[in-house]
Formats: sequence, C-alpha cells, structure tokens
Amino acid sequence: MSEPVLRLVGISKRFPGVLANDNVDFELAPGEIHALLGENGAGKTTLMNVVYGLYKQDEGQIFIDGRQVEIHDPNDALARGIGMVHQHFMLVPVMTVTENMMLGHETTRGLRLGLLSDLDPDRVAEEIKALGDKHGLSIDPEAYVRDLSVGEEQRVEIVKALYRGAEVLILDEPTAVLTPQEAEDLFSIMRSLIAEGKSIIFITHKLKEVLVIADRITVLRDGRVVGTTEPSKTTEAELAAMMVGREVILQVEKGPAAPGEAVLEVQDLQVRDLREQMAIRGVSFTVRAGEIFGIAGVQGNGQAELVEALTGLTPVEGGHIFMNGQETTHLRPRAITETGIAHVPEDRHKHGLVLVYPLDENLVLQTYYLPPFAKRTFLQPKEVRENAIRLIQEFDVRTPSVRTHAGSLSGGNQQKVIVARELSRDIRLLIANQPTRGLDVGSIEFIHRRIVEKRDEGVGVLLVSSELDEILGLSDRIAVMYAGEILAVMPAEEATKERLGLLMAGVREAPDSIAAD
Amino acid sequence: MATSEARRSSRRRALLGRLAIPLLAIFTALIVASLAMVLSGTDPIKAYLALAEGAFGSQVARVETLIKATPFLLAGLAIALAFRGGLFNIGVEGQLFVGSAVTVFIGYSVELPAAIHIPLALLGGMIGGAVWAGIPGYLKARNGAHEVITTIMFNFIALRIISWAIGVGGPLRAPRTVVPETPAVFESARLPILIPDSRLHAGVIIAVIAAFVVYWLLWRTVTGFELRTVGANPNAARYAGINVEFNIVRTMALSGALAGLSGGIQVLGLAPYTFTTGFNVGLGFDSIAVAVLGSIHPFGVALAALLFGAMDAGARLMQLRTKVPIDVVTIVQGLILAFVAADQIIRRLYRIRTETEEGPVSLSQSWGGGS
Ligand SMILES: Nc1ncnc2c1ncn2[C@@H]1O[C@H](COP(=O)(O)OP(=O)(O)OP(=O)(O)O)[C@@H](O)[C@H]1O
Ligand SMILES: [Mg+2]
Repeated sequence: MSEPVLRLVGISKRFPGVLANDNVDFELAPGEIHALLGENGAGKTTLMNVVYGLYKQDEGQIFIDGRQVEIHDPNDALARGIGMVHQHFMLVPVMTVTENMMLGHETTRGLRLGLLSDLDPDRVAEEIKALGDKHGLSIDPEAYVRDLSVGEEQRVEIVKALYRGAEVLILDEPTAVLTPQEAEDLFSIMRSLIAEGKSIIFITHKLKEVLVIADRITVLRDGRVVGTTEPSKTTEAELAAMMVGREVILQVEKGPAAPGEAVLEVQDLQVRDLREQMAIRGVSFTVRAGEIFGIAGVQGNGQAELVEALTGLTPVEGGHIFMNGQETTHLRPRAITETGIAHVPEDRHKHGLVLVYPLDENLVLQTYYLPPFAKRTFLQPKEVRENAIRLIQEFDVRTPSVRTHAGSLSGGNQQKVIVARELSRDIRLLIANQPTRGLDVGSIEFIHRRIVEKRDEGVGVLLVSSELDEILGLSDRIAVMYAGEILAVMPAEEATKERLGLLMAGVREAPDSIAAD
Repeated sequence: MATSEARRSSRRRALLGRLAIPLLAIFTALIVASLAMVLSGTDPIKAYLALAEGAFGSQVARVETLIKATPFLLAGLAIALAFRGGLFNIGVEGQLFVGSAVTVFIGYSVELPAAIHIPLALLGGMIGGAVWAGIPGYLKARNGAHEVITTIMFNFIALRIISWAIGVGGPLRAPRTVVPETPAVFESARLPILIPDSRLHAGVIIAVIAAFVVYWLLWRTVTGFELRTVGANPNAARYAGINVEFNIVRTMALSGALAGLSGGIQVLGLAPYTFTTGFNVGLGFDSIAVAVLGSIHPFGVALAALLFGAMDAGARLMQLRTKVPIDVVTIVQGLILAFVAADQIIRRLYRIRTETEEGPVSLSQSWGGGS
C-alpha cells in the first residue's frame, strides 16, 4: 500500500477523570474510506478532534504524508488538508450558505489581510456551486442555513470543508440524522470524493453501512484500538462483539402485548410548523396502555410537529388530544408532563439537555421542583446527586463524575442521560422520538429492552423513528406518516419493510387493506 | 468514578482555570495603560504604587475602597443575575436611579423608628428598581422586544422623569436650594456607621449579604434553577415545563431590585443623604465590567467590585502624586472589560486552549434573541 495520508502513532488524550484515547495507532490510505467504530464514549470523536486540532494530544505523533506535524487548531488542520464535519453541526443559522463559507475564510485569513477584500460573495457562491455540482452535492448558495434540512446542512458542511481544500475528510456520525435516501446520497458523494483521490474517515454506529461503504474498519474500545479489519472478512455480529466486548443480540426479544385502556387519544389533530405551514393535517390514532405504537416515516413528514404538539411545545391548531383520560390539547408542557408523560425529544442539544449543567442537574430537569429534589423552594443537592449516581450506574452512562457537564459527554452518552431521566420517572405514557439516535449497538439493545419492559409494566409507548429496523423490532402496531397524515395503521405482524417503504414514499394503499384502528 | 481526592484536585484546577482569564486580563490592562503613561512621561510603577496606597494604605483609604466597592457589588450582582437568566440588563443605571428616588422619598417624607424606616426605604427602592426592570422584561416576554433596546430607553425615561421631579417646582425638589436635589432623609433612615468617625456605613454589610443571597438563590433554590435553565437553554427550559415568559419577567425584576438596592444604599449611607441628578452617573454601566470580570458569579463579582472600588478610591492619590489624570483609572477599567469580554485575545496572548470541560457562560447569547 502507498504511503498513508494520515498516520497516528501512540495517541493518548486524557480528560479530568477519563483516558479518552489510550495509545492509539491509526492509518488512513489515500483514496480510502476508513470506518471508525466503537461504543459510546470509546474515544472516536476525541481522536478525530485531536487530528482536527481542537484538542492537543498528551502523547503521540501525527504524520501527514509521512511528515510529522503539530496541529494547533482547526485552521492548521485545514491548511494541511484535513476537514471535519462534526456530530453536531457548526453553521450559523441566520446566515446564507455563502456567508457561512466566507465566515471560515475570514477567520483563517481575515486578520492578516486586514480587510475582507478578497472575499467576493458572487465568486464564492460560484465556486461553491461548481464544487457541489462536481460531487452531486446540490446546494443553493443563497439559501439561509436555518431553512435547510439536516441533510442539506450536512452537505453544506462537506462543501465547506472541500472549499477550504480538504484532502482528508472526517465525517463524525454523518448518517445518524439522515433519512435512508439521504444516507444513500451521502454514500454516492463519498464515492465520488474517493474517485477524486480524497480520503475519508467515517464514524458511525450503523454496522450495515460500514459493511457497504468502508474499505477498512478500525474498532475502538475504552480508548484503545481493538483491531482493524475489512468488510469482506467480517460480519455485523462480529463487529458488534468487537465493539462491545460481548455478544450483542441485534434482535429485540419481546412477548405479545397486553393492551389496556387508551392512554393517548388523538382526534383529527392539526398543527402548523414554524413557517406557519400545515404540518399535521388531521391525524387520529390511539395508543393503549401496554402497547408500543410505532410511527414510521421519513423524517420531516410531520413527526416532529406531532410530538411537539402532544407535549405542549407547539400550539395545536385544531382537533383534540386526550392523555390518560384528560384533555390536554391546550395545556402547558408542565401540566402535560404531570399527567404522567415522559418525552425523549428528537434533538438532544435543543430540548433534551442543558449542556452547561452537570449531569445531576440534567437528570432532574422535569422533577427539580418536586420532593425529594426540592423541599418547599430549596433544592436538595444530596438527593439530586444520589439520583444521578443511581441512574448513571443503571443506564451505564460513561462519565467521570455526576458533576461532569453534559456537554463534555460523548454524544451517545448524552442520549443515555436523557433516556435514563425519562424512563426512570413514574409514567403512564412514553413519547420517544428517535430514542436510540447516536447510540452504539450495545446501548440500543439495552434501551430497547427497557422500552419493552416499560410496555410490560403497562406503560403506553409512542415510538417515532425513521429507523425501520427499530420500528419493526419494537412496535406492536405501526402507523406510517407521510406529508402530515397517517396513511395506514397496521398490526406489526402485517408490516413488512416493503409495505412500509412504499407507504413512507407516499404510495397510498387500496382502501380495503387499511386496517381499522 | 473519580475518588474524592481526584475530584477535589480537578475542582481546584477548574477554579484556577476560571480565575486565569480575569487575572490575566487585569494584568494586561495594567501593562497597556502603563505603556500610555510611559509615553506621556510618567513612571507607571510610581503611579500604581500611589494607586495602591490610596486604596489600601491607611484606614481612611480602606474605608473609602469599601464604600466605593459597595454600589459596584450590588449593581454588579444585578447584572450577573440577569446574565445567568440569559438577559442583558443594560438598564441597571435607570433602575438604580428609580430605586434611589423611591428610597430617598420614603426617607425624607415620613419619620419612623430606624428599625422600620431603613428597611422600608430600601424595600421601596428595590420595588422601584424591580418595576423599572420588570416592564422591559414584560415587553420581552410578551412581544419579544429585545431587553437591550428597551432597557436603554428606560434609562433615558428614568433620567428625564427624575430630572423633572427634582427640577424647579418638581415634586421631589428640596425647598430653598439652588441645585436640583431632594431634601435629605431623616436621621432615622440613615444607615448606621460601622466605625466611629468614618464614612463606613452598614451598606457594605448589606451588599456582602446580598452576594451570599444571590449565590444561594441561584444554586440552592427552585427559582434559581429555573432562572439558570432559561438562561442556559430556553428550549430545554420549555421542555422541562418551565414558564419561560414568566421567568424573563421575574429575572428582570430581581435584577432591578438589586439595582434599586444599590442606589438606595447610596442615598441612605452617604452624606449629604440626598439625591441629585449627578448622583452615581455611569455606575450602572461600570457594573457591567464588574459583573463580567467577576465571571458573573456572585463571589467573583464581589472580588471585582473590590478591585473597582479600590481603583476609584486610589485614583485621587495617584493623580496627586504623579499627575496621572484620574481618567487613567477609567481607561484601565475599560481595558479590563475589553480583555475579559474578548477573552480570545487573552487566550491567544497567553496560549490558553479552550478545551476545559467547564462550558463558559456565553455573554453573547442574549444577543441572539434567545426566546
Ligand atoms: N471536552 C471534554 N471534556 C471532558 N471529557 C471529555 C471531553 N470530550 C470527551 N470527553 C470524554 O472522553 C470520552 C470519549 O468521548 P468521545 O466523545 O470521544 O466518544 P465517542 O467515541 O465519540 O462516543 P459517541 O459514539 O457517543 O459519540 C468520554 O468518556 C467523554 O466523556
Ligand atoms: Mg462521538
């Protein structure tokens, strides 16, 4: 094999209380897609942040094209041809795509040039367009970032990296937020980049994807390299075992449901989205105690608005919502929560966590004002702390301490914090939107088991997911949402990937095949 | 899980990290100002020594430092509290005016036993400040009007109303004076003097207590949890069932109450125990620097207030000894604010990486029009 474009030798990185990377060796060949796998908190993002100059390694060397280099900051990394698209995007929503590109440019060179004189927006826009067209990354340079879908935003990030001359592209869990179609598109973009001689490091938790797209696979566990292999020489199950260190059951085990009374009843619900468009157009369904009701659908077909309306975060335009027998249509979020609802929100950074808060405070986000966490108006730090210690242990959240800030946890561990908080409360209805996004296979197995346990305790579960495997594996009944409507509701036994796939694409079935609710 | 020993040492490191930027900012500001002094032909070391002596060199100096630090502390707390709630209260200046006016009015219009009169007058001032801050808070909660704009406008409104009230024929105007001022408050409303024959009034103690109360409020009460959550992530706050709109009003009112207290203590604590338009001008703005330098933490604000108080107290002696104009102190204070606010400059200068696990509270967030 030719000289690696990027070679890491003995990289170690320590954080207070954690050894995030432990003597890691890693090689990236030119024109290669190298997948990086590992449990939540294994140190994948940290390793890449070291390469991208966000962190300075405590030990070890970085070689680019065979030469040892010191990378002080991202500008340094970019100057050496390394670009990174983060797990959580870093674009400015109120600016256009072009302005976002220039923003990076201005910080790299602006000071030295004194003025932004060489930044002609029209020229930048043209270059962006040309770059995009070449790799099938269609983006509108004039569009405001806040108006873009997640998939589009990600493309902007990729183009931004390319625009600044990246030869090595690091993609940190790019597919976690994409629809299956968008993921396909991303893969063809990646292939097109490889054909150009660029190299890609690809982080993901989806083993299927790895087997499809990667040339080589390196697995990290507890900050150490477990091994490097190739797709042709391995299987999903073997990769899962390598990551987690034990056999993982990829299939959910559950008995038949014993549905009870209705815990959630939605009647002809109508909701507008932020742009005042009708996002939910007359949706009706019922979730019973002791069943998992799955809503499948391509992201952006109203699922987000549905969940926000149910939980009181978005006003309801028309129709009725009943929870546990009580009308909650126009109640405030607190009142809805208090009827016995838990909500795992779709966006963990926007709604789910206060990143600057330590874990113990995040773990009482809805209960801070109730005993035992508060007596009258006084917080009880000891109780808050003990609650955190218990949940962190129970849900295997990898963190140095309960006072660690949520923002410094790995993405998957942040998700576990939210799930732990929501599942640990005394509830009758669980509304879970993409509950396992960004989790490793072991954690997904665990969370799925917990959701089934909740069901068996008699909790009604509304599961929203764009992962068909998750919907099919967990649900007792399945609805498909398309363009703000529910196209069909069916018992899980009658659902197949093909049938759901067609419905998700908006193909309506003949009326007689739609199962009655 | 880390051992308690490791936890303690990591906490110590975190504290050190938090102190580093402010200390380096002060240091850098002093250096930059000393360059200016060298250029104008004075010896900066001599000037700074005189400044220090004027601030700490004698009992009179120390008392003066404390007296000057007191309003900084209270007004700085007002700003810090609002910051924690995600609000940039530029209106402390106006709230302080309104608070002083109410306090002085209660102070001179009735005569009561001191044990009632002082608390009543201060409480009145706090309510005045709270209302004056609460209205912009309500406008933000209700209509999304940005508090930076509205509080600035409320500063002007307060200034104008009060100039009229203490102007010729105004309702608060003292009889038979040539300058625009109110009557002096009764003896019974004046704050007790702590050290006989000095100017050190009990306001210092009130301010220190206020710092503890704010700390306790922020981190030990349900109200504080809500306030901080709204400030740190309004979306998560809504998700958590917190009434964001109500909290905006409440945070502004609490902030305004502290501002009002800051003003009230000035009129009840210092001769001539009256209120004039020239009274404490700019304090509300300087306190932004105090709050920011103090890392918007009550105890940090206390240290910063002490520093600013010392600089103000020592400036006179510095001018006397070295002919360096008092304004240099203002320059230093301005530079400190600039360096702390634009901490990237300091980080670059001293090669401090931004990878601490402590997410710093972003001062710019309230500009983004959070809610
Ligand atoms: N800025 C930080 N401060 C303190 N600890 C950190 C920081 N960043 C990461 N860590 C810790 O380092 C470890 C590795 O985190 P990292 O984000 O690299 O995991 P990851 O492999 O990307 O996981 P995930 O799949 O969940 O994204 C975790 O234990 C995390 O808590
Ligand atoms: Mg990660």
